[in-house]
Amino acid sequence: MVIEKVLFACAALSVLTTLAILGVLIFEAFDFFTQVSVVEFLTDTRWTPLFKPQHFGILPLVAGTLMVTLIGVSVSVPLGLGAAIFLSEYAPEGVRRVIKPVLEVLAGVPTVVYGYFALTFVTPLLQTVFPDMVVFNALSAGLVMGVMIVPMVSSLSEDAMISVPRSLREGAYALGARKHEVVLQVVVPSALSGIVSSIILAISRAIGETMIVSIAAGSTPRLTLNPLESIQTMTGYITQISLGEAPFGSLEYTTIFSVGLALFVMVLIVNLVGNYVTKRFWRSY
Amino acid sequence: MFRAGDGNSGRALKGRAIYALCLLAVAFSLLSLAVILGDALADGLPYLNWGFITSYPSRFPSRAGILPALVGSVWLVILTALFSLPLGVGAAVYLEEYAPKNRWTELIQVNIANLAGVPSIVYGLLGLGLFVDALAMGRSLLAGALTMTLLILPVIIISSREALRSVPKTYREGAYALGATRWEVTSQVVLPEALPGVLTGTIIALSRAIGEAAPMLAIAALVYVSFVPVSPLDRFTVLPIQIYNWVNLPKQEFRGLAAAGIILLLIVLTAMNSVAVAIRYRYQRKAV
Repeated sequence: MVIEKVLFACAALSVLTTLAILGVLIFEAFDFFTQVSVVEFLTDTRWTPLFKPQHFGILPLVAGTLMVTLIGVSVSVPLGLGAAIFLSEYAPEGVRRVIKPVLEVLAGVPTVVYGYFALTFVTPLLQTVFPDMVVFNALSAGLVMGVMIVPMVSSLSEDAMISVPRSLREGAYALGARKHEVVLQVVVPSALSGIVSSIILAISRAIGETMIVSIAAGSTPRLTLNPLESIQTMTGYITQISLGEAPFGSLEYTTIFSVGLALFVMVLIVNLVGNYVTKRFWRSY
Repeated sequence: MFRAGDGNSGRALKGRAIYALCLLAVAFSLLSLAVILGDALADGLPYLNWGFITSYPSRFPSRAGILPALVGSVWLVILTALFSLPLGVGAAVYLEEYAPKNRWTELIQVNIANLAGVPSIVYGLLGLGLFVDALAMGRSLLAGALTMTLLILPVIIISSREALRSVPKTYREGAYALGATRWEVTSQVVLPEALPGVLTGTIIALSRAIGEAAPMLAIAALVYVSFVPVSPLDRFTVLPIQIYNWVNLPKQEFRGLAAAGIILLLIVLTAMNSVAVAIRYRYQRKAV
């Protein structure tokens, strides 16, 4: 009986972790919101906590996060889906068995390596195309992030496509369909819930990504739609302040928890939508 | 539904175009991987030598080395393994072998899945607020390892559960038939059988921990560490933080050092993953 209780405690630790995350974020952010109103936090269009006049509007950080996420997802979705279709429908088994794990190495490369690559390789390359582009910019970070997320989209989508039963494909062939018609009109629609949830997972991953944006996207919170400019994401701000060891309890220190809380809520909403899509539209064959 | 005939028409062309696009997507992704690794190798190899591995960071690029970060990473991974292996396996054993099918169990499972989706920087904030600040551990290795433990636990639990699930039911039933208690069945039959799978999953999770920079930045901050940590209560730095630090310095030589650090990090990761693959290969169960 003692053993069972110990084992239960190990499992229950996960629930405690969730509670601790919420507790720490809310507790420290509460301190922040005694000094800054929630309305200012959510509506002010400037984020200048480090110099006077101080403004605490999270919108520029949210906008930066969304822009990098959008760029990243628009790279990873076509690449990931293309790769998934290739692996599940076109590649012979031998080729698939080699390419799949190699592709997954992309997900195992530490994010700091991607950051280095964005700053020292992709940015100079892009600057030959856009001479006006500054060194720290959203585009470079977003593109590289997109490559990082490819295996996430491809492996989940591929799983979904492979589990589409053969009989559906054969039915379409019997009606005179060609390979690409079977793929686009039968396999992809049948695997749609898996594909959509892989895309949602990619979005959630992109929102929370930290190192690439900290290294390559800059530290200038700015409400802009121009990806060639320097911006700052929510995660980028948290790292910037953490590095300087803001004194415990200072306003700076509490800002990272309020931004962290906003980040947590954003990712949670995206994940819940993902869970809903998976549950609601999942078809088992 | 599908038009017949006209063999070499637009349909055939479209089919080839779609095949080409998919192939292109794979080729581009693989090429990116090659360029990412090749770029780091080309930049870093000239800086990678014995002095680099055995020296301390310095303002002078020619004298700078990565020793404290390397030792910090080793400490971190050992401590994290000590904490996360028993906790993760315990949780997995509970969920697979003991848990009744009720709402609590369901809640724990959903919760573990959701924790795996929380951004790593949020774990950094958790560690900063809870271990560093509230529990007064300071910016120590211990605080870092505990944070990392919470971060990788969901991964270890999920992979350990899979390993436990792959042990055939007949093994358990055989042991029960001999009069074994549930714990005897679990500890003497199921766990030994599942061990290779558990270890493989744990090593892969730990290799993720070694490359993880964001939460460690929040805990350890960007401090100049001129010493090798000798106790879990010491301040520390780790490989990815040191790399990040060098990337941010303007001088070109520091970029080279960063790239050399990346190569070292990739070597460590490859070594760990090879061990995991070797264990999996060595103990792969023959189909019964």
